[in-house]
Amino acid sequence: MRVVFFFLSLLITLALVVCLGSSILLPLPLGSFLSPQHGIWQNAEPVKQSFDTRLNFPGLKSKSTVYLDDRLVPHIVADHDEDAYFLQGYLHARFRLWQMEFQTYAAAGRVSEIVGEKAVNYDRGKRRLGMVYAAENMLKEMEADPISKVQIDNYTAGVNAYITSLPESRLPVEYKLLGYRPEKWNNLKTALFVKQMAQTLSGFSDDLPLTKLRSFFDDAALRVLFPQVADSLDPVIPPGTVFAPPSVIPVAPPHADSVYINDLPGTLQEAEKPDPANGSNNWAVSGSRTRSGAPILCNDPHLELSFPSIWYEMQMTTPTMNAYGVSFPGAPGVIIGFNDSIAFGFTNSGRDVMDYYRIQFKDKTKTQYWFDSAWKKSELRIEAIKVKDKPVVYDTVAYTVFGPVMYDESFPSSAEPGAALALRWKAHDPSNELLLWYHLDRADNYEDYIHALQYFSSPAQNIVFASKSGDIAIWQQGIFPALWNRQGVYIMPGEDSSYMWQGFIPADENPHTLNPERGFVSSANQRPADSSYPYFIPGYYDLYRGIAINRRLKEMYDVTPDDMMKLQNDNYNMFAETVIPVLLRNINESALQENEKKYLDLVKGWSFYNNIDQRGATIFSIWYENLKKQVWDDEFEKAGVPGLRPSDQTLAEALLRDTAFTYIDNINTPGHETISDVITEAYKQTVAVADSLSAINKLTWGGYKNTSVYHLLGNTVMPFARTGLPVGGGAHIINAMKQSHGPSWRMVIELTQETNAYVIYPGGQSGNPGSPYYDAYIDKWAAGEYYKAWFLKRGEQEGDRLVWKMEFGGRE
Amino acid sequence: MKFVVSVLLMILLSFLACLYLPWWSIAVVSFVIPLVIIQKPFMAFLAGFVALFLLWGGLTLLISTANNHLLAHKISMLVIKADAPLLLITVTAFIGGVVAAFSALSGSLFRRLF
Repeated sequence: MRVVFFFLSLLITLALVVCLGSSILLPLPLGSFLSPQHGIWQNAEPVKQSFDTRLNFPGLKSKSTVYLDDRLVPHIVADHDEDAYFLQGYLHARFRLWQMEFQTYAAAGRVSEIVGEKAVNYDRGKRRLGMVYAAENMLKEMEADPISKVQIDNYTAGVNAYITSLPESRLPVEYKLLGYRPEKWNNLKTALFVKQMAQTLSGFSDDLPLTKLRSFFDDAALRVLFPQVADSLDPVIPPGTVFAPPSVIPVAPPHADSVYINDLPGTLQEAEKPDPANGSNNWAVSGSRTRSGAPILCNDPHLELSFPSIWYEMQMTTPTMNAYGVSFPGAPGVIIGFNDSIAFGFTNSGRDVMDYYRIQFKDKTKTQYWFDSAWKKSELRIEAIKVKDKPVVYDTVAYTVFGPVMYDESFPSSAEPGAALALRWKAHDPSNELLLWYHLDRADNYEDYIHALQYFSSPAQNIVFASKSGDIAIWQQGIFPALWNRQGVYIMPGEDSSYMWQGFIPADENPHTLNPERGFVSSANQRPADSSYPYFIPGYYDLYRGIAINRRLKEMYDVTPDDMMKLQNDNYNMFAETVIPVLLRNINESALQENEKKYLDLVKGWSFYNNIDQRGATIFSIWYENLKKQVWDDEFEKAGVPGLRPSDQTLAEALLRDTAFTYIDNINTPGHETISDVITEAYKQTVAVADSLSAINKLTWGGYKNTSVYHLLGNTVMPFARTGLPVGGGAHIINAMKQSHGPSWRMVIELTQETNAYVIYPGGQSGNPGSPYYDAYIDKWAAGEYYKAWFLKRGEQEGDRLVWKMEFGGRE
Repeated sequence: MKFVVSVLLMILLSFLACLYLPWWSIAVVSFVIPLVIIQKPFMAFLAGFVALFLLWGGLTLLISTANNHLLAHKISMLVIKADAPLLLITVTAFIGGVVAAFSALSGSLFRRLF
């Protein structure tokens, strides 16, 4: 009997240990997860902790110091560049390890390893996009360049110095939640990170939906629905600028206009595409317009916001540089910021650098395809996708002269097999973007800036510049294919080399301007130049933010940094100003019930500011969305295209131009709908939504929008998110804060003798949800406020804002 | 007296073991102590529970208080679906206690086989 009791008790004990130490029964291994000496309690950092440390790494050349200020912004002071990049890697890992690793897993199509089966399709998409192939091409370039080699080798060594010293108990919370461990960092991961940004910012293509639409509309109609130049365009380069004749003249093949590839059966399915709202604002105002007489440069990049933030603020000081700004955990250098002499910022160009070609394989093995009248061998890349708790999933991707075959009979779905489509994407080409930042961080003047630009090919950006010597400039920089008119709008035939990209636009022909007469330069993802620019430049362009910024800057003199901060937070809705008169002119008020009219008054009385307390902003936003559905859904659903509609501005300009716009009519009804019918109907639908919003007190713009910053793991970790932030703004507005997408970093740099830098981002320096620095900036950011950056000068290391000191010893 | 000594030893040795070994080393410690300090099975069970309840509860309370319960707020919403740091601390203590209790019971019963 005693034996039975013993074994029973032992069994219970073992069962407890197994269940609490694994995820067999519980969603989390609660024993290890909650163990005070191993689990998440180890991540509950003391609020008043000291970050003072003294560490030795043989990887460092000599003694270096990192000063941490009161906001936990590190200021690296090193005698060697090598050590500065080592310490940057160390700090990124120390404060942001999980995110930098997770993002490179995502880039490489390895998320299934962490979260299991549900990510297999996501991973296949990344593999088929050729993300690792692109990163490998970049890695070769980086390792062949002596400067980059030193940068990445030391950066990687710094990250690994931290990972190696990290005990299991101090793993970031996310590893404990998901039950895995970090692997060693390597140079490829840095390349993967850069390519992830390339996809976020230049991974757009509408070739498939446009091709599909062409079987419903004709080409002439699609030129109207997806126009190249908006009527009211205010381009990056001031209109009237004279462009030199093109030095590269691509030749369209003789049958280019009549070729039409139509084998996209059923309702179109596409792999996940980046958010076209990934954009930004930047501008620089010359000294002629500022109170101090010195240029002011501003930038706010718009991205899907996240915890931890994509940005990590820091300063790096070595004998060759003194740069301050934000860095990407995952890559060396300061990415957006300033140094002793200049400041620089970025907006996305939005240019289309992604084209699809239809491939004719000889047979199912995909080993040969028809190209220039012969069978050409393709290269097969076997992708092994490891899946947590499941067998490996294999996928074969064929590589052609164009690039990887993204779509074929098995992807995105084998249920409705479509044509084999190869992808030509600029981001696949060998390049070494890190050199841009290496040189920008050290640039003293305009010439240095131009020198730095040559290294940047993808994802193309509008790079704004200002210097203490008084210059302001903006270049749209990237390597762009020189396309014949309308090349690559639709899927092109892949059996004929004459349809390939024939050359690239020489960099000096990229749109640019230096010290323009108007006294400012700006960009907000609009088309870079008007139709006089001599190349065909399709892209994903915004319109109204650019108009709003330029209109405001034109009327501003005696500008102070404070004015610029206000401008970055400006909630004026230029788009509403344009569209609302059309709506109000055409709504048939006599068709409305008395109780339906109350919301109309809100729109009529609205000031066009998307402030959080405005209800008119909410009504307008819903109304316009309904109107778009009224106008487009009938045709586009019939065409089998769920994911693409003409842009907001295209509809707005069409209605302004022509009240009898063809597509107003609903083709599914026998009658003929007029502009008044659809606008009134869209309004009536809005009333129902507004009533229900009103009932839960969410009719104000702030309540409706519910501005939120989510953790990278999304709704699985909602307690790590911050929701209901009181932030106005929205799409087409200078303060481009949509629900969870918007200004991920705001900076205003006044280039006076002593640089005055005002900065903030929605997050905090620590990636640890258990740290007070995790979301330390968020409320101030939401309120539109800024921190004055502490720009440490070499030799002045004892300022009272420098709170902690990390001392690092090296080989010497 | 035996009880108090058992509890104190379990607390001390569990703490030391967990500095170097995985979390389940608390089960090993609680199993071994009743082999050395012989107690009735129920008393061993109780000693295990009290020891680890105090150790895990005390440690987490100290850690979480210094953290202003920042993380405990978030993790409690995630794990027990309630914004209750003190409840999360109690759950932690209870888990430690239960594992140690059954392990100590097993140790004590094992000792009685001989």
